[in-house]
Amino acid sequence: MQDTPDLGDRGGAVCVIGAGASGLTAIKNLRELGFAVDCYERETSVGGAWNWRHDRSPVSAGTHLVTSRPLTEFPDFPMPDTWPDYPHHSRVLEYLERYAGHFGLSDHIWYGMEVVSVVPAGDGRWDVTINSTGGGSSRVQRYAAVVIANGHHWSPVSPEIPGDFSGQVIHAAGYKDPSRLRDRRVLVIGGGNTGCDIAVEAAQHAERVWHSTRRGYWYGPKYIGDRPADQVRHRKGPAWLRERRYRRAAADLTRWGVPAPEHAPFESHPVVNGLLPEYLRHGRIEAVPDVSRYDGKAVELTDGRRIEPHLVITATGYRPRFDFLAPELLDIDERGRPDLHLHVFARKHPTLAVVGLVQPDAGLFPLAHWQSVAVARWLRLHGTDPERASAVQREESQRPLASWSRRRVVPTRRHWFEVDHVDYLRTVESLLSRLEGVK
Amino acid sequence: MSEILRFRDWAEPVPPAAREVVSKLPEADEGRPPLLFVPGLGHGGWAFAEHWLGHVAARGFPAHAVTPRAGGDLRAQAHDVVQVAASLPRQAVLIGHGTGARVVARALGRYPARAAVLVAPVLDGWAALGAALRSNPAGTVPALAGGRLRFSARQLFGANVPAEEAAAHLERIGARPRADLFGRADLPEPVGGPPVLVAGSPDDRVVPRAALDRAAARYGGAPLLFPGMGHYLMLEPSWAEPIDAVLDWLLKEL
Ligand SMILES: Cc1cc2nc3c(=O)[nH]c(=O)nc-3n(C[C@H](O)[C@H](O)[C@H](O)COP(=O)(O)OP(=O)(O)OC[C@H]3O[C@@H](n4cnc5c(N)ncnc54)[C@H](O)[C@@H]3O)c2cc1C
Ligand SMILES: NC(=O)c1ccc[n+]([C@@H]2O[C@H](COP(=O)([O-])OP(=O)(O)OC[C@H]3O[C@@H](n4cnc5c(N)ncnc54)[C@H](OP(=O)(O)O)[C@@H]3O)[C@@H](O)[C@H]2O)c1
Repeated sequence: MQDTPDLGDRGGAVCVIGAGASGLTAIKNLRELGFAVDCYERETSVGGAWNWRHDRSPVSAGTHLVTSRPLTEFPDFPMPDTWPDYPHHSRVLEYLERYAGHFGLSDHIWYGMEVVSVVPAGDGRWDVTINSTGGGSSRVQRYAAVVIANGHHWSPVSPEIPGDFSGQVIHAAGYKDPSRLRDRRVLVIGGGNTGCDIAVEAAQHAERVWHSTRRGYWYGPKYIGDRPADQVRHRKGPAWLRERRYRRAAADLTRWGVPAPEHAPFESHPVVNGLLPEYLRHGRIEAVPDVSRYDGKAVELTDGRRIEPHLVITATGYRPRFDFLAPELLDIDERGRPDLHLHVFARKHPTLAVVGLVQPDAGLFPLAHWQSVAVARWLRLHGTDPERASAVQREESQRPLASWSRRRVVPTRRHWFEVDHVDYLRTVESLLSRLEGVK
Repeated sequence: MSEILRFRDWAEPVPPAAREVVSKLPEADEGRPPLLFVPGLGHGGWAFAEHWLGHVAARGFPAHAVTPRAGGDLRAQAHDVVQVAASLPRQAVLIGHGTGARVVARALGRYPARAAVLVAPVLDGWAALGAALRSNPAGTVPALAGGRLRFSARQLFGANVPAEEAAAHLERIGARPRADLFGRADLPEPVGGPPVLVAGSPDDRVVPRAALDRAAARYGGAPLLFPGMGHYLMLEPSWAEPIDAVLDWLLKEL
């Protein structure tokens, strides 16, 4: 790994942090443009969230995609067309492993290496400190650019519920398979895809199931007729028609005590679950409001009701973490929310970018792919034609926020990075056209 | 058409279909990229299996030929090629012959091939049609009305192909061209910027010399020429010459 006289100086090479889906596509697209790349991955294999062997993986035994294949796969490396519409998580991992093998990405990945510090070295370059997770060795390397692809679904957040609970509380990230639900009374908190998936598994295995949500949502199905719902949603037609179709397909569960949504579709991250409505209708899942406090064996709800679960699973989401750098580099505010151009480019550091930090209403991989194509071309332009690069930067600074970021959302943490994937891709496409001809 | 916003592929993905793949693997894996051959109208993977696949494998490259779904349109056939390419363990070199080159050209917009070779490519169907009408009017005219395209030996093979061999090959070649395999649609920009080679014969009666030049220019080069050969370079007695030249080019490019 030394092609420069100084062992720690990697010259024009780019450092990629993480070898999940986003890191893999970043390596591939940077390499395609001729960059030398060193990727550091703290686990011992690729796949990130989709690698259930990783302690921090948020998937559980029963997880299937919520986005169908054509809207999930990388645009230049399709999943096998014989796979199911919504493959199981083990297939997603297999797919990512094949992607890494196909493009020879592992040659550029250092496993069991955690990036612990990224510091500007002046002159736009970066000093990156890497620790071996096995303990012991640590080294510092200098890079021309850093691309962060560390994922944002691995650091769980749980609500602070007052009082003491004598039962068991776990976060959904620690829920691996239904065995721990068997014959127990379970309360699931959270109405995102995780909460809904676990409520369904609990309905299949637990003695009794309560599902607590603090608001109403649009519960979308996996299928409309025999087609995946997200494919139907992309059929040609005016926006109002597509919205009406979506509203009609979403389950009205108010008869079963589920609150009606007080926001329009897609103003909260879409839930996709064909089974949840069935189990509510069967009475296997009981919808309950938010939790107000714990009291010994009991959990008190905001409507005053008291229930006595054995196990509480908080499916209340994750937060982004960038422990390895000073918050101002990514304009991270006191809540921990970074402010990046297109959720990608550090505003004051042209050689620092993040890939995969978006919450699209479709699969993430295509966005991460096009983001990294844009990052690679941008870095190339920045390195070869500073004048044109500043012109592009000026043009980009005029781009209205509302053109790429979903502005009307339920204002909670999980919607910080919410995007409409079509608007978002359209914007990346226009950035790519500004970078036209960069090789 | 946007290469990024793919409403058609999102809303109506190409359904799966049977695809025949023939493969010949080298004795030892030397880490070379696999070659994926794509036949054109009217013939199948067999045309490559005859000589080229074995030869390529003997020179250390894994060799595969896919026969895209019968009756598929250009989109479906390109999908088939990309599906097979993505199923290979390493980034593949795509090699298309005749209208198969056009399928490859389309697939290059969707899959970052390691390299691509367009052999006697029919990229511009009208030029090919013109040539076909000149050399074999009786066999071509019915196809214009949607009928079967009938080829003559003289049209497809060089003078040095023995008559009975040519006749046997002709038996197996049957084409009912679909309009979109002939149209003059724009070819996508190849993703990942692979090196692209155009090869053919100036004596090919299906793909005129000028079409070879145009195809090569489209990809920024000049065609590699094998005078005296017919359209089916892989079936002629001197089949080794073009494929060796292609492999030499590949070794230089990799
Ligand atoms: C339960 C669940 C289901 C999901 N289902 C879908 C779905 O159906 N469709 C969809 O598109 N998306 C889905 N997602 C979103 C999912 O996060 C993305 O699909 C994708 O996995 C994100 O990839 P990533 O590479 O950005 O992050 P990750 O997969 O989290 O990868 C980040 C990698 O970086 C490494 N890393 C982190 N910090 C460091 C460091 N300091 N040093 C070195 N390495 C580091 C990690 O070990 C990890 O390997 C789901 C998420 C969850 C939680
Ligand atoms: N099968 C799959 O493919 C699958 C499965 C699971 C997850 N995912 C994906 O993974 C990502 C994370 O999903 P997630 O469901 O784990 O998290 P999430 O989308 O962040 O949802 C968290 C849920 O918990 C609620 N919540 C948060 N804090 C709370 C608090 N203090 N008290 C009460 N409720 C609280 C949220 O309510 P608000 O709406 O009010 O914020 C929301 O309903 C998403 O992109 C999701 O699509 C996919």
